[in-house]
Amino acid sequence: MSDFKSNNKVVNWIDSRLPIFSMMQHSAIDYPTPRNLNYWWNFGSLAAVMLIIMILTGLFLAMNYSSHTSLAFDSVERIMRDVNYGWLLRYLHANGASMFFILVYIHIFRGLYYGSYKAPREILWFVGIAIYLAMMATGFLGYVLPWGQMSFWGATVITNLFSAFPLVGEHIVTLLWGGFSVDNPTLNRFFALHFLLPFVILGLVVVHVWALHTVKSNNPLGIDMKGPQDSIPFHPYYTIKDLFGIGLFLMFYLGFVFWAPNFFGEPDNYIPANPMVTPPHIVPEWYYLPFYAILRSFTFDLPFLPAKLQGVLAMFSAILILFALPWLDTSKVRSAKFRPLYRQFFWLFFVNAMVLGYVGGMPAEGILVRLGQFCTAYYFAHFLVILPLLGKIEKPKALPASISSPVVKAAALGVMILVGLAGFSGQALASGGQGPELKKPAQPFSWEGVFGKHDKATLKRGYQVFHDVCSACHSMKLVAYRNLADIGFTADEIKALAAEKEVTDGPNDEGAMFQRPARASDKFVPPFPNDKAAQAANGGALPPDLSLMNKARVKGPYYVYSLMLGYEDAPPAGVTIPEGKMFNHYFPGNAISMPMVVSDDIVTYADGTKATKEQIAYDVVTFLNWAAEPELDARKSMGAKVMVFLALITAMLYALKRQIWKDVH
Amino acid sequence: MADQAHNAQPSSVDGQTRRDFLLYATSAVGAVGTGLALWPFVHSMNPAADTLALSTTDVDISTIQPGQSVTIVWRGKPVFVRRRLPEEIADAGKVNIAELRDPQADADRAKKAEWLILIGVCTHLGCVPLGQKPADPRGEFGGWFCPCHGSHYDTSGRIRKGPAPANLPVPPYQFTSDTTVRIG
Repeated sequence: MSDFKSNNKVVNWIDSRLPIFSMMQHSAIDYPTPRNLNYWWNFGSLAAVMLIIMILTGLFLAMNYSSHTSLAFDSVERIMRDVNYGWLLRYLHANGASMFFILVYIHIFRGLYYGSYKAPREILWFVGIAIYLAMMATGFLGYVLPWGQMSFWGATVITNLFSAFPLVGEHIVTLLWGGFSVDNPTLNRFFALHFLLPFVILGLVVVHVWALHTVKSNNPLGIDMKGPQDSIPFHPYYTIKDLFGIGLFLMFYLGFVFWAPNFFGEPDNYIPANPMVTPPHIVPEWYYLPFYAILRSFTFDLPFLPAKLQGVLAMFSAILILFALPWLDTSKVRSAKFRPLYRQFFWLFFVNAMVLGYVGGMPAEGILVRLGQFCTAYYFAHFLVILPLLGKIEKPKALPASISSPVVKAAALGVMILVGLAGFSGQALASGGQGPELKKPAQPFSWEGVFGKHDKATLKRGYQVFHDVCSACHSMKLVAYRNLADIGFTADEIKALAAEKEVTDGPNDEGAMFQRPARASDKFVPPFPNDKAAQAANGGALPPDLSLMNKARVKGPYYVYSLMLGYEDAPPAGVTIPEGKMFNHYFPGNAISMPMVVSDDIVTYADGTKATKEQIAYDVVTFLNWAAEPELDARKSMGAKVMVFLALITAMLYALKRQIWKDVH
Repeated sequence: MADQAHNAQPSSVDGQTRRDFLLYATSAVGAVGTGLALWPFVHSMNPAADTLALSTTDVDISTIQPGQSVTIVWRGKPVFVRRRLPEEIADAGKVNIAELRDPQADADRAKKAEWLILIGVCTHLGCVPLGQKPADPRGEFGGWFCPCHGSHYDTSGRIRKGPAPANLPVPPYQFTSDTTVRIG
């Protein structure tokens, strides 16, 4: 460090008192890095970038979020609808969580493949596991905050894990909840902890990098750097390579943010939390699924060790066993490149983890239970049996004398990501694959596709259907009259539409509440004063709020379209429907309380369009989609611009990288 | 891209120029992109759409007696509505405008001389001045007195004495009927 000397006197003055410049020089510029790192070594710095994006977006989201059970869900929707660019911040944050785990999983598997956990990098590896554990806790806590159905029931299930422990279990759970169920105290503390933990992670990352810089990077050959000829300075070689990787990654990440922002989410989380009703199929976020599968694999009680406790212990052990890995793996050779047997078992382990993830996302039924149990056994066998034995029986290939071989091809990166994605989309299909095949309109919805937007004329017709028909029973509490300006109504028209309804205001100077006509700034006035009144007027069934309907059901737009056209006058032979209900092909269980309302000519369109029932369903689904995703048009047009920009800068970074590296290759 | 690498071979001087150009161009594009990416974060702190939608308030002024003041809330701030007495209007009109710290004629501050409508926030450091209630001190000029740091406002809400730099501001308003005012 002492060799740092600048031409600038101020820099030298500061540096002799606080060696910040020499530290930068030492650990970010001159830092000797193996010259042969491949693209798998990009994922550590990518994860660091992701952490910063998460902290930034999270900070600005926290400025608009309310951690009270009666406000949380609506405050998130306010972020989506009213806060400037709030939808962007939230989708960056929600998808960012999934991205963070994708990056970290690749980072971990890279460490497993190249033996990065072996001496002298054990402590570096431990700190990494600690980061992973903190990330899991943070992700779980964050998922609770929107206070949707999955938030609530995820919180209930995960906190109940601790009830498995004998004697103290119930007390721990009560302590976590701050009450007798997941409720307002729970939400408040989860928010506080969710805010804190990312900074803990940041601190752990600093320790992780410190340990890394002490022992230096491992490399694809897994042999030590033997002299200056084996290393190159971190800057500019790896700064430019990391930046190029960041450009590629941002395109991948923002592709989800702008075009499939709810890909990793669950539709049920757009239904406000209801402590009285558990959704039929609850799953954790995809990044916990392998461990969730392990948890569920234990079904036999043993003396003093009931199945529930076995599952919980196995789940925690599955992660904690990674701490013992440096000693369980008895081979002296680090990189799988020179371990022909380990290389095959590595891929078996990878596939096994993917299968566990798939099983974890499916209902625990039939063959899947056995499959999960087998994979769980294999998971532990990999660490406890295979790895210790491999070191004894495997005959490693001869290690090269020094680091000099060319860099591994980048194409492998693409293959790995594709394999990973196949695993995740298996889970997405798994949660969406139930029920009959949905109807699709003859003409695709206008907002589909990369550039598709909500069609104004269709929206206006859809609003007419909602206004004349749906709104007699259904509320749309998250949309305000002023929002109708988006679909082409003038200020005066909006004022007139609002004034059709009355709202309670007050108190006035005499202290009394009074009725006044609704204003443009009011939300759509619901048809009933509260849920009980709505149920009483509808034969005991609550007509759901329609604000988020298209996002709150699997394949929402097609589901709603099919539902409206899926009625039969009489149930098919052999099916009985209770008194007062209707038969619908698409409603879960087929017995629906809503009567068949959509039929030809129930509305007369102002623009002269023929009101067939298909047209009516098409129009109202378009309107509901706008109500659920009012930001869609702005999102896609911003996305197109961002992608053009990223493509440009990534190409430039690639060209610059070629220039900088051309003497090394 | 492969061609590019070959083309860069001829001389190292040429390669150096190419590399510098790429470095500067990429840095410039990156800086622009980073700057643009910051805007959504900054703009998210500006008032949201629902906040902006609440920017008008209707006031019923039919029950306010001459000499009486009421305080209403507009955008989270107090707005003073005072029905001025003839002598207060006369006082406000007599002032030599050239001597004022923030020169403004009374006629420019009230659309109807009888009704004075002001944002009740002292222009010094944001306290609410006294003078709305009959028992309040109104300062040396019969208008409002800010107790925090001793600013005196006259019957037109103009700063006359004390540290405040400007007159109490007049919010945008219009008389929607003889008995109602819409502020905002």
